[in-house]
Amino acid sequence: MLYHTSIIGGLAAGVLARLFMLRLDYRQYPTYPHDLITHIALGSIASLIGAVLIPALLLKQYTAVTFLALAAEQFRNVRNMERETLTKLEETELVPRGLDYIEGIARTFEARNYLTMFTAIVAGGLIVWFGWIYAAAAAAIIILLLQFIKTGSVVGDIAEVNVARLHFQGPVLMVEDIFMMNVGLAATRDKILSEGLAVLINPKDDNGRAILHSVGQRQAILHTAAALLGTKRDIGEPDFMPLARKNIDTGAVGLFILPLEKDFECLRNIIERTPVLESASRKPLDTQAGRIASD
Amino acid sequence: MKTELTKLILAVITENPQLVGGGAPVFIASSRDEQERIALYLSRVLNGMVHDLGNGVLLIVNH
Repeated sequence: MLYHTSIIGGLAAGVLARLFMLRLDYRQYPTYPHDLITHIALGSIASLIGAVLIPALLLKQYTAVTFLALAAEQFRNVRNMERETLTKLEETELVPRGLDYIEGIARTFEARNYLTMFTAIVAGGLIVWFGWIYAAAAAAIIILLLQFIKTGSVVGDIAEVNVARLHFQGPVLMVEDIFMMNVGLAATRDKILSEGLAVLINPKDDNGRAILHSVGQRQAILHTAAALLGTKRDIGEPDFMPLARKNIDTGAVGLFILPLEKDFECLRNIIERTPVLESASRKPLDTQAGRIASD
Repeated sequence: MKTELTKLILAVITENPQLVGGGAPVFIASSRDEQERIALYLSRVLNGMVHDLGNGVLLIVNH
């Protein structure tokens, strides 16, 4: 009876935290109502597990605590679930997300459930020891902090996006001096020249260069750009595939897309706001060798 | 899961048969216009991409 408020308070704080972490925008799947329900349900279970932890410990119900640990293990399945769904959808995606992006999204969902659990533990514990006002304050602070933490760095932080010249050298499509692809049909070449957009993504330092080196990161940029600006790529139209290739000497990435909405400022904005994937994030400048090599 | 051969030359279209030979089907065209038209039709049928070798030979490649 004693710990009812604590459990309910912890549960409420956890669910609230999960709701704030559910951002329904174009980058973060789920964008579908049913997935939303799945995630809120899993979030509620996670918060319940968190909320029960401290009361269970205080009542010396150690068996219960072990079961909680087992239940927490289940959240690893969230990651698998997300990964499987997205990988299946990938087969019919004209501009794929890329495995790195999928892995990043899956990892994020798993981590968010742990953060939910953590919020519930803290809120539940504070209610037991200090009362609900402190708990509410702590929950609010955690939720605010999570808003900051969850937004990792974006491509705009590590690189500059500039407009670039799209041109042909014979049949070869070039963005500035970067080889993109060989286009055989004259009509297609004309269409690409008149309707295509090209940008050059210049890394700001060696860390940025290492990140843009990742093929997964480039695919994530392409997917986001194609999802937002539209793409003329279709089944049987491989010529209009958006591409990102790097200049092997400088590490700058040339990006080409045939969008439905030809607007450079929008494209720049989209690329700058694409998240830097965890799996692509590399920091050679944090090592001594990397720093020496960079000068 | 479907498997597909990629990076494969599906067809070769040329005006000059002397330039080509070997395993892929070769289509001979009588003019540049006809060559491009054949290439376009074949690329649609085969879901491939048209590449230009720069010497008057067009390829359809499955990517």
